[in-house]
Amino acid sequence: MSEPAVPFVASTLAAPLPPSGIGWLDEARRENLAAFADAGLPDTRVEAWKYTALRALAQRRFVQGDAQAATREVDAAALALPGLDGPRLVFVNGVFRGDLSDLANLPAGLTLQPLSQALAQDAEPLRFALSRRYRERGDAFARLNAAQAADGVVLRVAAGAKIATPVQLAFVGVAAEGELAWHARTVVELGEGAELALVERHVGSGVARQLGTLVADLVLRDDARLSHVLVQDAAPEAVLVHRHALQLGARAHVSLHALELGGSLVRHDLQAELAGDGARLDTRGVFVPRGRQHIDTQLAIRHQALDTASSSTWRGVADGRARGVFRGAIVVAPGADGADARLSNKNLLLSPNAEIDTKPELEIYADEVQAAHGATVGQLDERALFYLRSRGIPQAEARTLLTAAFCRAVLDDLPDAALREHLDGLLAVRLPA
Amino acid sequence: MLKIENLHARVEGKDILKGLSLTVKPGEVHAIMGPNGAGKSTLGNVLSGREGYEVTAGSVSWNGIDLLALEPEARAAAGVFLAFQYPVEIPGVNNTYFLRAALNAQRKARGEAELDSMQFLKLVREKLKIMQISDELLHRAVNEGFSGGEKKRNEIFQMAVLEPRLAILDETDSGLDIDALKQVAGGVNALRSPERSFLVVTHYQRLLDYIVPDHVHVLAGGRIVESGDKTLAHKLEEHGYAWLAEHGEPAGAQA
Repeated sequence: MSEPAVPFVASTLAAPLPPSGIGWLDEARRENLAAFADAGLPDTRVEAWKYTALRALAQRRFVQGDAQAATREVDAAALALPGLDGPRLVFVNGVFRGDLSDLANLPAGLTLQPLSQALAQDAEPLRFALSRRYRERGDAFARLNAAQAADGVVLRVAAGAKIATPVQLAFVGVAAEGELAWHARTVVELGEGAELALVERHVGSGVARQLGTLVADLVLRDDARLSHVLVQDAAPEAVLVHRHALQLGARAHVSLHALELGGSLVRHDLQAELAGDGARLDTRGVFVPRGRQHIDTQLAIRHQALDTASSSTWRGVADGRARGVFRGAIVVAPGADGADARLSNKNLLLSPNAEIDTKPELEIYADEVQAAHGATVGQLDERALFYLRSRGIPQAEARTLLTAAFCRAVLDDLPDAALREHLDGLLAVRLPA
Repeated sequence: MLKIENLHARVEGKDILKGLSLTVKPGEVHAIMGPNGAGKSTLGNVLSGREGYEVTAGSVSWNGIDLLALEPEARAAAGVFLAFQYPVEIPGVNNTYFLRAALNAQRKARGEAELDSMQFLKLVREKLKIMQISDELLHRAVNEGFSGGEKKRNEIFQMAVLEPRLAILDETDSGLDIDALKQVAGGVNALRSPERSFLVVTHYQRLLDYIVPDHVHVLAGGRIVESGDKTLAHKLEEHGYAWLAEHGEPAGAQA
């Protein structure tokens, strides 16, 4: 292997791998790092990165891991979520913070612990998830994450257990001395018939010029139900690459709501396999890049079993010189007869220099499939704007009102009213006037 | 008082209004009638400040202020209301929320205290009663999925809540059956007062059987070509707009 010329890759390889003392894990880390070193960062010729150029990132050098993470000051107000006081796991720059977390009085059937702790106690149940080798050309960050992530979340819900209180996961980016890279890994498993509500947040505190990567695997056994709310509100300077891979057993149901608000460069991969008959996935999301933000969302849904259903409603609003990217790829695999697949992505450009690239893709290899997909990019409706103004609502307020209304379809069906209101408020202050 | 003098306006490079003059005193109801293409809707749009309507000459003074210099929202705060011929559907914006935002924006602009939700609800209930409409419209998104009649009733209801001092009804009768027309007219009549003026723009005389005007004007070729009392409307109904061409002023419909 020759000396890599790319500063990003070179600085990454200069750091030692976190020692685990577990043979299979060390091996997986080494191999994933080697794959990362070989392929480096993908360029825009790789289809999955077509609209997200990494040239500027490639020129930056990052320090791997924050040695001071355990003692960094964190704004507690940034972590508060009204009405939610259940179990909570908090990570600062990728490192578990027991002092900010709440793991007391976990309800029966819920296992929740930091990955570092789970590995120290009994690594074997994690072997399958953490042994994975990432082989796709676009997988650079997943490889990096697999090599470097020493902490994260292990969450299990026992078969039949219905967890009433939402579980919160918070990833906080805090300013460090240099440019910092942190990596976190999440493994979630819901047993047969288990139910869970999960609220996952990325928040920033201070000027955090950093790179965070998060790889999450979520497995739902038959008849399990998961409500997953994802709020990405990272620091304005932060680069975040996160990936959620969902696997749904028979009749399992996932309802996901995502708000992509923060960060300078953000990439989110949401991958789902509807592997069991009758599995159902509903995703709702909104991305709001402003200024020079770049937010890229890649949805990949695979219908693999009989009578599976997926419905995805995403909205994008871009202002300033911001860029939004949305790719919604749905595959109905051979034999997945009776699938129902729906995807809608509507986008709003609030400035002539903003750009949103959207690409719905539908591949159907099965019979008796119902599918609908559509994507639009447009501007605010001038007639509606005039209507509001003619009633006395000032122009800026009218624009915000219409923009908020455009996004509303995404949060409307969130059952938790208090949370919905909070997210509505969060969105409202982030929407450009 | 509304004073329009020698108003000329252009849309997409085409001259539509060509010297329109009109004075409306407080409490008066003026009907503007005219054939298609005469400039009836242009008048309402120019007065409410819609973009794309270029005023090339003339003036509009509203209680002594230059109305044309104001942004649409400032005109609304100054008491000007346009009931749209085609009310716009706004998905995702709740009707009640919209109306409260509008009322409070106007009050704020006028330096009045904003209404809290209890005060607003009380006001809305009163107005619903006067308008004799059900509160079902309130819970829906603005005009979304409304029938033609519901949209027009919603316009009048908004007018009742916002209490403008000049209401311009732009072909409010178009697309209404007789029952809906009576209901809308009843709402307008309930809002007539010595302080409130109305400009009722219509193609047909039918609406004026229910909203009886003080003055009727015929707009043709971008100008008022005939003015009179309510009997003028009946003459037009009887003889058609072609009658104007023979009767003194040329209609100028060739514009």
